[in-house]
Amino acid sequence: MKRRDLLIGASLFGATFAAALAGSATGALAQAEIKIGEINSYSALPAFTEPYRKGWQLAVEEINAAGGVNGKKIVVISKDDGGKPADALTAANELVEKEKVAMLAGTFLSNIGLAVSDFANQKKVFFLAAEPLTDAITWSKGNRYTFRLRPSNYMQAAMLVDEAAKLPAKRWATIAPNYEYGQSAVGVFKKLLSAKRPDIEWVDEQWPPLGKIDAGPVVQATAAAKPDAILNVMFGADLVKLVREGNTRGTFKDRSVVSFLTGEPEYLDPLKDETPEGWIVTGYPWNDIQIPEHDKFLKAYQAKYNDYPRLGSIVGYQTIKAAAAILAKAGSEDTDKMIAAAEGITMPSPFGEITFRKIDHQSTLGAFVGKTAQKDGKGVMTGSAYRNGKDYLPSDAEVSTLRPKE
Amino acid sequence: MSEAPRLLFVEGLNKSYGGVHAVRNVSFSVAPGEILALIGPNGAGKTTCFNMLNGQTPADSGRVVLRGQDISGKQPREVWRLGVGRTFQITATYSSMTVRENVQVALISFQSKLFSMLNATQRFANDEADRLLGLVGMEGYAARPCGELAYGDLKRLELAIALANDPKLLLMDEPTAGMAPRERVELMRLTAQIAREKEIGVLFTEHDMDVVFEHADRIIVLNRGAIISEGSPDQVRNDPQVKAVYLGDGLVFGHAEAHA
Amino acid sequence: MGFYIVQFLTGLASASALFLVASGLSIIFGVTRIVNFAHGAFYMLGAYVAFTLTERLSGAFGFWGGIVLAALAVAIIGVLVEMLLLRRIYSSPELFQLLATFGLTLMVEDLVVLIWGPDDLLGRRAPGFRGAVEMFGQNVPSYDLFMIVLGPVVLGILWLLFHRTRWGILVRAATQDRDMVAALGVNQKWLFTSVFGAGVFLAALGGALQIPRDAVHHALDLRIIVEVFVVVVIGGLGSITGAFVAAVLVAELNAFGILVFPKISIILVFLVMAVVLIVRPWGLFGKPEAAARKTPGLSVRPWQPLSQNERIAFAVGVVLAALLPLIAGNYALAVGAEIAIFVIFAASLHFLMSVGGLASFGHAAYFGLGAYGVAFLAKIAGLPMIVCLALGPLLGLFGAAIFGFFAIQLSGVYFAMLTLAFAQIVWSIAFQWVPVTGGDNGILSIWPETWAAGPARFYWLSLAVAVAVVGLLRVIVFSPFGYALRGTRDSLLRSESIGIDAKRIQWTAFVIAGTAAGIGGSLFAYLKGSVFPDNIGIGLSVDALVMVLLGGVETVSGAVVGAIVFKALSIWLVSQTDWSKLILGGVIVLIVVAFPKGIVGMIETWRARSDAPSSKSAALAASQPEGAE
Repeated sequence: MKRRDLLIGASLFGATFAAALAGSATGALAQAEIKIGEINSYSALPAFTEPYRKGWQLAVEEINAAGGVNGKKIVVISKDDGGKPADALTAANELVEKEKVAMLAGTFLSNIGLAVSDFANQKKVFFLAAEPLTDAITWSKGNRYTFRLRPSNYMQAAMLVDEAAKLPAKRWATIAPNYEYGQSAVGVFKKLLSAKRPDIEWVDEQWPPLGKIDAGPVVQATAAAKPDAILNVMFGADLVKLVREGNTRGTFKDRSVVSFLTGEPEYLDPLKDETPEGWIVTGYPWNDIQIPEHDKFLKAYQAKYNDYPRLGSIVGYQTIKAAAAILAKAGSEDTDKMIAAAEGITMPSPFGEITFRKIDHQSTLGAFVGKTAQKDGKGVMTGSAYRNGKDYLPSDAEVSTLRPKE
Repeated sequence: MSEAPRLLFVEGLNKSYGGVHAVRNVSFSVAPGEILALIGPNGAGKTTCFNMLNGQTPADSGRVVLRGQDISGKQPREVWRLGVGRTFQITATYSSMTVRENVQVALISFQSKLFSMLNATQRFANDEADRLLGLVGMEGYAARPCGELAYGDLKRLELAIALANDPKLLLMDEPTAGMAPRERVELMRLTAQIAREKEIGVLFTEHDMDVVFEHADRIIVLNRGAIISEGSPDQVRNDPQVKAVYLGDGLVFGHAEAHA
Repeated sequence: MGFYIVQFLTGLASASALFLVASGLSIIFGVTRIVNFAHGAFYMLGAYVAFTLTERLSGAFGFWGGIVLAALAVAIIGVLVEMLLLRRIYSSPELFQLLATFGLTLMVEDLVVLIWGPDDLLGRRAPGFRGAVEMFGQNVPSYDLFMIVLGPVVLGILWLLFHRTRWGILVRAATQDRDMVAALGVNQKWLFTSVFGAGVFLAALGGALQIPRDAVHHALDLRIIVEVFVVVVIGGLGSITGAFVAAVLVAELNAFGILVFPKISIILVFLVMAVVLIVRPWGLFGKPEAAARKTPGLSVRPWQPLSQNERIAFAVGVVLAALLPLIAGNYALAVGAEIAIFVIFAASLHFLMSVGGLASFGHAAYFGLGAYGVAFLAKIAGLPMIVCLALGPLLGLFGAAIFGFFAIQLSGVYFAMLTLAFAQIVWSIAFQWVPVTGGDNGILSIWPETWAAGPARFYWLSLAVAVAVVGLLRVIVFSPFGYALRGTRDSLLRSESIGIDAKRIQWTAFVIAGTAAGIGGSLFAYLKGSVFPDNIGIGLSVDALVMVLLGGVETVSGAVVGAIVFKALSIWLVSQTDWSKLILGGVIVLIVVAFPKGIVGMIETWRARSDAPSSKSAALAASQPEGAE
């Protein structure tokens, strides 16, 4: 009896503790393969991450079919972060310490991107951020180990400001989700547009909480300020509610709307026959792109998945393609060599040639700017043109003041 | 009326709930060692009276003086610290503790050691707790979970707890309710004995008239919130006003009829 | 002027939507006392099912029929859940049902993605209510007008139902006094089932009616659940009228608040709730909760300090855990450190919840404050790690001292919700005060110094602190203070009548628990090298509750086991699969059914059962502690 008590007691605290961990303590042997650790918010943001995963899986298949990199096959070990920075760090730790990956890649949310970037800096691991848009990741909190693929907040704002400045509108209102991305998108847009058009004024701003917009009052309040134009940064389900309320109330009628990300199929497609007409947006008009590399990508993607790509597919695809290109140029999985190889590397992408800048580790991948329209009850982008990312970045002198000295 | 020094002195207590005048102008006193019963039909205001004595319910007006100190408006816990122990009509004990621990907590509180955090409770007042349990005949139950006790035992436990602060006055709300007849007699005999030995004044309410008339030194009869009679058991028994109230209520003295 | 009237109408439409869902939650809580965390999940299911039905069925009849059918279908699911799952655990400790409904919610979040796919879905507009009506020179969506009418209509129907039908009268009676209704010979089982079904119907109807306004997606539940709880609490639990008034209050304050403070939505409901609860502790229309009844099945086995053998076992466990670095890799050690930190966090909540009977729904506030405390000290003041670790938790202490003072004036669910409100207020400060806290991008680069760097060293540090904190809390549990605290939980009446200042005891306990949580948070900041508003979020508070309940709320060591099991399982699942919520939720539901007293609670029951023959001698032995020592 007593001995059994003891056993139970021991198992309660220590043994459970140890046993729970021992199972995950096994290391992995390096074989003739290169492991890339990939982290994204699969369970929290499936609308983006599903196509994203398909994208990188296609890339892995293509790379390995062509003989891999440096004679080794590429293996992507993918982890979910559940949309939480703390869980992303656990995953990053597992990938680095247990799976011994050559590099980290991925992430969607800005705060997760920053957390993993800081982790990479601490652990001296190469990190290729796929999606996070925050300017901080390459500038104010940039570090030697982190590179970013997607056009940043600043770049997209600059692209939109080009168009916005041409509008006659003088009174502007903004609607943006109340978190860092929304705040910095509005901040950069305002700064750049006011610089180009000193004659405009900012008459109202609305900051609904992310994912919880009470769209009616927000739309109503915006309209009450009588703006000539509206800047929108809402996306996802918030965007749907905003558009529906605005359409019904006629808020967008006779007003120009400039909107971040709305042209991305992830956010445009759900709007279906309620897609507003004539919004100036950044996005990805997948069926209206005349770039040979994109044709090739599109065909391969549709052949493999019998589905059309979203922007996430491009991001996932190019992330792994970029990783492979960097590994190939470095000819090694050594972190310092990869960094040296990545700085200034130029490579093809579905949007044409891109470069990872040496100065801030930002890629020059661009985005399409066009106008929203409806076609057969679906939202599309019309008159869209590709804006090369390299044209929408501040001068090198300015950038070098933005990054912390190493 | 009593020449003995007054332990508790109550003057002009009033309490209304909404439009109902639950207690009106009640005044009485208790002497040390005296056992005073507060009786009356249901809704006569006995429990309200009780609750005003120990601060559970604030009085609308009136004064409660304990050993010369005005305690009106004090919190129950402050009243307790001045030497008033209390038991409840429906027992209130700590069901997640043993019998002994229930008494220990009261003793620790009395010693003002409640905020002691680094010593085990077992080290506090064990013997004293056992002595109090012994006093009420519960020494054999000390290690029993309190939640397992029979109702009568809980009542006795409450008495032990009420004695933990070495009280000068005991307030016992229906001390024998729910007990078997034999247990009732025992408990009251025990209470009386302790009261006499330690010169503790006891004020109790009770439905069981056998208990009241056998053990009370003095009886106060409440009806509709007001005192209608006061005196020795014999005086009260023969008071025509009391008879009217109780007979009207269908209850005849001399029969052990619980009114619960 | 016209604008303000229209803004008011828009607010009313939002209020109706909120009221539908809130009324269902209020009815369920009023009668069954279930804190139905899955209410949001049923709301979301209502929207998904309605989407499917309205896409299939055509015409106006198809649309409205689809809405009602969807609500009915989900109500049937609700009834099944009640009969198959909740019925088994009514006699379990209070809040245990929360664990079951939490598990369900996790499952539903993944299931809807499996069934309906990951994309946001756009439902049909309501036939006849597509456009807008011009009023005061403004366009008001006709669907808003429909909703404005619907809210009071539903309120009226509910009123009739509760005042003019036998069922309704029983429901009201049960809300007042469950035991009395049972004593009167009413079949409580079916009363509960029907009430749960009715509540779920309202939730699903609320969800279904959103499809012409909203997108249908897998995070709808989280968006609504907390807000609805807040509305119900502001209104007063169990009061339908209260829920209506509170919904109008919250929606109108939001509609007009954003005109003055555009950033107010994120925190508004919580501010309102905190103010209402401080001024009116039972909500606007609530009545003081009847004196807490003893939960049926509440452990009658008093807590015992560890026996000699158990102490040895505990020491062996600690030594085994300390030897982990010999066999485990770096990752396992980091996970081990994380688990140790969550043991601290869970133990601190356990202290408040199990010992003090105060279930905090916002315990992450103090964990997060500890983490931010370290971040400020390390990043802004540049202090050494050991100083940060020592002083960081003080921020948790201060927070607990301030918020605890108000929170302990309340009890039960109102206490829980006020702590939640405070946690959300702290969260929104961390989230919004970007220049100081970095907002949602957090504060980065808080890495341990050399002496604690490296997985093994940090693991030992975490383990040592965890052992110390858990040990200290345990000592306090068995100290006079612990008994006094437990006394306030068992019987407030008794405590006050033996001179115990219950509020002071509870406040002190709140501060102790907050400080202990802050210690966990401080370590967590160094483990992750960063702090984020997430560290204060509702999710983390719920995790802590789940850990305590899983281990067994009535046990002394349950929190430790609950934390180890929950954290290890969830880290492992998140690493292994993208469907971790589905599996974790399923496991929680299974545990709830298999171990209705929590894991440790069940083990203790088994032990007690096998010891039963000798229980008398054990009692005898225990009555002579001198001999036993």
